[in-house]
Amino acid sequence: MASPPDNLLLTPLNDLHIALGARMVPFAGYSMPVQYPAGLMAEHHHTRTAAGLFDVSHMGQLRLVGPDAAAAFESLIPVDVIDLPVGKQRYGLLLNDEGGIIDDLMFFKRESDIFVIVNGACKVGDIAHIQSKIGARCQVIPMPERALLALQGPQAVNALSRLAPGVEKLVFMTGGNFTVQAGTQAIEVFLTRSGYTGEDGFEISVHASQAQALAKALLAQPEVKPIGLGARNSLRLEAGLPLYGNDIDTGTTPVEAALGWAMQKVRRTEGARAGGFPGAAKILAQLAAGANGLERKRVGLIALERIPVREHTELQDLSGQRIGEVTSGLLGPTIDKPVAMGYVPPAFAALGTRINAIVRGKPVPMEVVAMPFVPTRYYRG
Amino acid sequence: MTIKYTPDHEWLNIEGGSATVGITHHAQDALGDVVFVDLPEVGATLAAKDIAGVVESVKAAADVYMPVSGEITEVNEALRADPSLANSDPLGAGWFFKVKLSNPAELDALMDETSYTSYSAA
Repeated sequence: MASPPDNLLLTPLNDLHIALGARMVPFAGYSMPVQYPAGLMAEHHHTRTAAGLFDVSHMGQLRLVGPDAAAAFESLIPVDVIDLPVGKQRYGLLLNDEGGIIDDLMFFKRESDIFVIVNGACKVGDIAHIQSKIGARCQVIPMPERALLALQGPQAVNALSRLAPGVEKLVFMTGGNFTVQAGTQAIEVFLTRSGYTGEDGFEISVHASQAQALAKALLAQPEVKPIGLGARNSLRLEAGLPLYGNDIDTGTTPVEAALGWAMQKVRRTEGARAGGFPGAAKILAQLAAGANGLERKRVGLIALERIPVREHTELQDLSGQRIGEVTSGLLGPTIDKPVAMGYVPPAFAALGTRINAIVRGKPVPMEVVAMPFVPTRYYRG
Repeated sequence: MTIKYTPDHEWLNIEGGSATVGITHHAQDALGDVVFVDLPEVGATLAAKDIAGVVESVKAAADVYMPVSGEITEVNEALRADPSLANSDPLGAGWFFKVKLSNPAELDALMDETSYTSYSAA
């Protein structure tokens, strides 16, 4: 096996990945584990039935600090930041002036700051964007000293609460500071009950110097196995969650991406703080016009034959006219069917619509279905 | 019986004027869990290096090339039904298809086990 190009960054868990026998691949500028010896399929099933540990330290963590931070951040995303209570997390979308999505992110309101997690491949650009737009209104503090681990699956709470009593009381999209007992070492972490698999679970921010001890302590729990990026992708796709760069990008608006749910009423037309975010005129007009005002919309698709339909596969109507393209697709290990996301005109976006994907020159029939493909199991108390 | 290998990580088990074709252990390992295979039509006559089929894992798809010219005489329906055979028994129950050789001289260009072992380790 060739060694990774030396311009790749390494996460604080790199030695552990190698010791665990991971297959490392370049991803978002980092050398990352795509799978461990168990393999993608086993890792996927393990996460759905027990608990999987993911290294997502390539993702960007940052803090927004200052009395005006919430209002400033609202000027960049079409989401209610100001009224989000302390102790809660929310999904957000950084937008450009055309309403295109620069990145999707999670943010958490703490007493002293807003804690933001952005995609690894976008983090340098995101931080520059946030700094240039609101750096005069609040402090924008990147946290490259922090690693990020995700513990996901129905037994994640059992494993983590053994080491950090109290986490079991959190509900989905809440979090806080906890102490994880890793052998003799007490590790301070900030964690949230959320994730990117559709399962119950946690995302754990920890100082890089303690990341390896934390990961080892979690892997020592009987429920927990290491899971690579390959299964992370199949898990998130089954959960109906978009992947930035595939399913959403600067060419898609939140409305086209079927992410309108992320925009609270207060930021919509007639809301108390309507608009005031980049691309607001376009996005609010798209919302007002309804589905038929759009050129295209993100939908979920299931193939009616057992043939995987991958990203960039052409979609056609039943008369053979090109109508769009698949943006993510694979054989979903849990649903055990080929699933995909793609963009089609609204006329083809209704549930139950039949279209064809053109795979190696042959039409594969697909049906527009509701997402998630596999029911999510978030813990809501 | 002679086993030969291609640079595309396929193996051929040659018996008389025919060969059974599959993907190597190295190929299945690199692909990961195989979830789908597309096999050629029985009776099709294909030239060496033509695309004869497809093998897909959850994370990647790869074409299967015709290692030599000839006519497809049989395909492995058990593999179509259970693609994971390509992982669990790539050199046995996970075979892909059988071909009747139209130009046995093409076999001379393929690798033997020693050459393939060093090729796939490189």
